[in-house]
Amino acid sequence: MQTTKDTITMALAGNPNAGKTTLFNKLTGARQHVGNYPGITVDYKEGHFIHADSEIVLTDLPGTYSLTAYSVEELVARDYLVNEKPQVVINIIDASNLERNLYLTCQFLELGVPMIIALNMIDVAKDRGIEVMADRLATLLGIPVVPIIARTGQGRDQLIDQAVAVARGVKDWQPLDISYGDDLDETIMNLMGIIEENGFLQNTYPSRFTAIKYLENDDQIMNRGKKTNQSIAATLESLVSQVSDHLVKTMDVFPEAIIADHRYGYIKSIIRQGVLTHKFDTDRLYASDKIDKIVTNRLLGPIIMLAVLFGLYQVTFSWSELPVSWLAALFDWFSGFIAGLLPDGLLKSMIISGVVHGVGGVLGFVPLIMFMFFGIALLEDSGYLARVAFMMDRIFRIFGLHGSSVMPFILSGGIAGGCAVPGVLATRTLRSPKERLATLLTVPFMNCGAKLPVLALLIGAFFSENKARYMFLFTLLSWAVALLSAKLFRSTVLKGAPTPFVMELPPYRFPTLRGLIIHTWERTWQYIQKAGTVILGISILIWAMMTFPGLSPEKIAAFDQQRAAVMNGPSAHNTTTNEKNAAATGQSGKQELAIIDGNQAEEALKDSAAGRLGIALESISRYAGFDWRTNIALIGGFAAKEVIVSTLGTAYSMGKVDTKESSSLGKRLQKDPHWNKGVAVAALLFIMFYSPCFITIVCIAREASWKWAVFSMTFNTVFAFIVAVLFYQATRLCG
Amino acid sequence: MSEISLRRMKVRQSGTITSVKVGGILGQRLREMGLVPGTEITIQGRAPLYDPVALRVMGGTLTLRNNEADFIMVEVTDEPEISTDK
Repeated sequence: MQTTKDTITMALAGNPNAGKTTLFNKLTGARQHVGNYPGITVDYKEGHFIHADSEIVLTDLPGTYSLTAYSVEELVARDYLVNEKPQVVINIIDASNLERNLYLTCQFLELGVPMIIALNMIDVAKDRGIEVMADRLATLLGIPVVPIIARTGQGRDQLIDQAVAVARGVKDWQPLDISYGDDLDETIMNLMGIIEENGFLQNTYPSRFTAIKYLENDDQIMNRGKKTNQSIAATLESLVSQVSDHLVKTMDVFPEAIIADHRYGYIKSIIRQGVLTHKFDTDRLYASDKIDKIVTNRLLGPIIMLAVLFGLYQVTFSWSELPVSWLAALFDWFSGFIAGLLPDGLLKSMIISGVVHGVGGVLGFVPLIMFMFFGIALLEDSGYLARVAFMMDRIFRIFGLHGSSVMPFILSGGIAGGCAVPGVLATRTLRSPKERLATLLTVPFMNCGAKLPVLALLIGAFFSENKARYMFLFTLLSWAVALLSAKLFRSTVLKGAPTPFVMELPPYRFPTLRGLIIHTWERTWQYIQKAGTVILGISILIWAMMTFPGLSPEKIAAFDQQRAAVMNGPSAHNTTTNEKNAAATGQSGKQELAIIDGNQAEEALKDSAAGRLGIALESISRYAGFDWRTNIALIGGFAAKEVIVSTLGTAYSMGKVDTKESSSLGKRLQKDPHWNKGVAVAALLFIMFYSPCFITIVCIAREASWKWAVFSMTFNTVFAFIVAVLFYQATRLCG
Repeated sequence: MSEISLRRMKVRQSGTITSVKVGGILGQRLREMGLVPGTEITIQGRAPLYDPVALRVMGGTLTLRNNEADFIMVEVTDEPEISTDK
């Protein structure tokens, strides 16, 4: 009796925008992000599902056009195939763009992986008058071809049936031999002879594949070859350079160009054998092209782009206003409820100041962030973001970046409300290490979703008349700073020539509501999770830092005496901070008591660990107009930017004993003598540009190195401080 | 029938690639996107700042910068049809 189902490993590979991620989600039900932008899937993801009596482990490889060593995605895909050796590769190809998609297929065939083709978007192709004869293609390529529509799931079962059959049937990899013309074929035979004789790299790659990669001047394989056996590697390289020199002299071409020509020749020869029929004129404008005529038009394009971005602001801020106020009211009610429930003391103080205010301050902004993410998902899934990259490249290039840098910038908060963490991760789509690093180091300057609450708080408190306008202004400023520092990095620490822009403009697609909701929810949930775990812990930690060690008994006794003096004036009550009694002492007595209480709380905070650190830093931070309370909040912000609001909340709610007065933090800041418009803007500038949060730092370290992570922390903090000081001093001079 | 560089092609003009004279990463990127001798292309449009250029290649739309288009020589079929028809 067999109780365990057999497991089959499959890999899903194909060009970006061929519908790979859509198919992956349909098959595994995994809630993974689908972006209509080249190369959004940078890591490979794994999903499990049961098909008939088999358990399938499916890996989603990064979308690539080729299997060279020129980009991270290609290396990831290639290494996965040769190291993990999946039992079958599902190569998804876009039926409406068959020829280009088969270029990658051709390379898989040359590698010899057991393969099946998922011929996707046959509906789109049909609309364009293209019909692909799947059976004919299967016969000519010698592998199964299954027509599917990934969006609807059509053909899914047949595809997996066939894939399982392939996986069970194949024993060895069978590389396809394509002729590359006399010169190269002869060299390939010579190279293969040497490779096979010595078993050179043969446990990883088929000999012909290694030979072709040497001719293609493939860095990764040539380096690996050098490490394996220096002398064989040298022999191979000299053979390659001989033929290469000969080809350049006689035909003025490089071997890799000849290889590509012959691959396309092979593809064309297959397609011409009755695989493709065109019903319409091939030059016909598609719906997408018609949209592009307007949307990327010289005059209309930029206007539409600005309108789209600004519209997103208005929608985000005006639509979210009501739910934000509801949530704020809810948390106010909740802390009031707890205040009535618990006796005075450390626990009550911790729950209200640490937990409720900390988490409430962050969750209160969830609706705003949700609207923002919905807008970004809409732009991403419709294909508009790629057009933004197309229109913006000329500008980004000036700063030593790439049009594709737009995407990490926007994800990080180029349209305020992103997060530098996915932004930093998205820089993997950039093919040049230098442009990538420059993007990676500058995206944290963007106004991420976590900075939004801080911006909204300060702008709301000091510039409430023109909220949207100021938010827009600060977003433009973040762009300017990010771009200028990118230029600075690209002309100093990251000098180097630009990399190719060559990019695909995917056809416009109607985003599905389900897709949009999944994306919006995913990102919002990430934010909430961060709030629920990291923020809660830090909020409590900061509460502890602000509570302990606390005032000495002598100081407490001194405050008690002051209070007693007030209390003993009009009536003969005992010393107490209880408000009912305080109210009974009359209006003037109550005020005096409140002042004493406030002083005591402030004194206690000053004596706490955080207060001492904040005060110590005040000697420097005063040049930017920051008092010790702001310093505490900024220190908390190193851990996560959300913490700034909750810490300010904690700092100020602890400064007042009167918990019944539930005026918002914004109003408290307005009333505070330390705060004015100048300080607010200086603080905004510092918060926008100082060190990225710890999670981002870890991502930068992972994507680049700890050296760059530390660089980012110090550079940004020093820069932000200089900007804040300059601004604050300027406003003081100007009155 | 004349051979010009892709940069100099006008919007809506079509032609067949005759040579792509560049190696390294750019050469590789151009080739894997289908820009090889013999491929037919049509200029689709240009970005608002006239650069990059968008072109129809095989079944899809590609964009490349003008300084990348310089390496691609194209045999253009005719002058843009609009100017010859009327």
